[in-house]
Amino acid sequence: MDITELTVHELQEKIKSKELTITQITNAYVDRINEKEKDVQAFVTTLTEEAKKQAIEVEEKINKGEITGEFAGIPIGIKDNMCTKGVKTTCSSKMLENFISPYDATVVEKLNNENIIDLGKLNMDEFAMGGSTEYSYFKKTRNPWNLNKVPGGSSGGSAAAVAANLVPWALGSDTGGSIRQPSSFCGVVGLKPTYGLVSRYGLVAFASSLDQIGPITKDVRDSAILLNIIAGHDEKDSTSASREKVDYTKCLKNDVKGLKIGVPKEFFGEGINKEVKESLQKAIETYKKLGAEVEEFSLDIAQYSLASYYIIACAEASSNLGRFDGIRYGYRTPEFTNLKELYKKSRSEGFGAEVKRRIILGTYVLSSGYYDAYYKKAQQVRTLVINEFNKGFEKYDVILTPTSPTVAFDIGSKSDNPLEMYLADICTVSVNIAGLPGISIPCGVDSQGMPIGMQLIGNKFCEETILNAAYTFEQEVKFREKYKPQFKQNA
Amino acid sequence: MVKKVYNSEQIEIGDDYMKVSKEEILHIANLSDLILEENEVEKYLSNLQEILNFANIVSNAPVEGLDITIGSNEAQNVFRKDEIKIFEDNKSLLQNAPTQDQNMFKIPKVL
Repeated sequence: MDITELTVHELQEKIKSKELTITQITNAYVDRINEKEKDVQAFVTTLTEEAKKQAIEVEEKINKGEITGEFAGIPIGIKDNMCTKGVKTTCSSKMLENFISPYDATVVEKLNNENIIDLGKLNMDEFAMGGSTEYSYFKKTRNPWNLNKVPGGSSGGSAAAVAANLVPWALGSDTGGSIRQPSSFCGVVGLKPTYGLVSRYGLVAFASSLDQIGPITKDVRDSAILLNIIAGHDEKDSTSASREKVDYTKCLKNDVKGLKIGVPKEFFGEGINKEVKESLQKAIETYKKLGAEVEEFSLDIAQYSLASYYIIACAEASSNLGRFDGIRYGYRTPEFTNLKELYKKSRSEGFGAEVKRRIILGTYVLSSGYYDAYYKKAQQVRTLVINEFNKGFEKYDVILTPTSPTVAFDIGSKSDNPLEMYLADICTVSVNIAGLPGISIPCGVDSQGMPIGMQLIGNKFCEETILNAAYTFEQEVKFREKYKPQFKQNA
Repeated sequence: MVKKVYNSEQIEIGDDYMKVSKEEILHIANLSDLILEENEVEKYLSNLQEILNFANIVSNAPVEGLDITIGSNEAQNVFRKDEIKIFEDNKSLLQNAPTQDQNMFKIPKVL
């Protein structure tokens, strides 16, 4: 048995039945990281030795009866924009290369409370700005299905690590598709929860009205389990929602009879790759066969959403990233003559090109004379997008689209063309603009064997609906049994 | 004239809607506390122009009479008691400062 092939719920069963011990599990992952990380390059910081030690401690405590807990000793990987006390949190930026957080993010605290073991911090596009993880200051993560392709982004390290079995599951963050798109590219399950369901405290801010933390997992049940752990109100994040606790595994019924699925025809237009379209068509047929009521409808918001997304996200980023000034933490230029020069040189040397591009764009759209034309218009578009989704959810329980217009692209093919890279987010950004939950699950592979992702969008706080729809599809199609990453490499 | 777009070859937005000048981008960089080197200005300028031409799609959106939305959750004020909570671990706060002195952040002379 290859331990690292197992899902978390399978690991839990094997711990319970004493087939596996916690140290066996952690050691298997450490061995796997030692073997495969050189090909995948998913981690910014590995904590393999610490994890092994922690596994022994957790095991002892369980044996002594000091702790119980169904997740004790399960390993995880964390995107490197979530603060971990005593361990570097770099955001894959030179700016935070040596930053050690004085506190834990709320999600990290929740994992610690369950005695979940951190295997390391995962690579990403710098400050989560990008769709390929090529904008990391440290390294380019590679797609386990084909090492010449990008893993997607910005949570590319998280998705690649889960796909390559370097971690059993991981946390990602999603501002415009950064959980769902890399999950689609790497053939894993990625859930962006409703805005406010998971606390953002300790998540390094990119665009505060759009950012949301969520699980990246091997299957839908693990996604529900991890959401159970991280969801909930937090007084340290005033935008987090106060809601009754839900057990998200209870909704996994393997039944979609009568479920109303809307398919927006605009999301299947000319820019969507033919093989992606075909795979989604097959998925639609599968849902029909399973008893769902599928109907095409019009949701003409994709391009408005994308344009307004880049205005709003960059505007918020230009403000959020103002805090990096080389004074209290982060990179400081070695040479300066006065305070202003210290700020300017530290920021110019510490941020990468894409981050600077977005700060400049954000400052531009917020500056006097352009505010009304761009920023205010974008906020009105946000209302439009919310209204259009509301109309959709009057008729449908779930909205089904591709996660990305294409499969994973070649490393280096888009990194010099910012706009081209932005257009890859066309199917995902509207979900963030409206604050809705969205899940990406694999629905097939293309002729090159690269995974294709399907996105299911739910109404606000209707995670249970999309989780069950995703679960039912997964049980029918059994993607993981049919396809596995091959670590292919061109000569 | 905006066409449905999904990749940059299909973009057809017409003339630069709002032409950005070199002076303007230098002004914006200055507002952002960023220095653009002479050889970078052209690149950032053409990137910005291209992205703005695309972003201009919002000006054609049917938003007449719609309110703005600032955040995606319902607008509400969240109040809490104004209580001081002291973070005691000064050491781990200050360890990230590039320079520090006597439990304080050290910065160059301001005045």
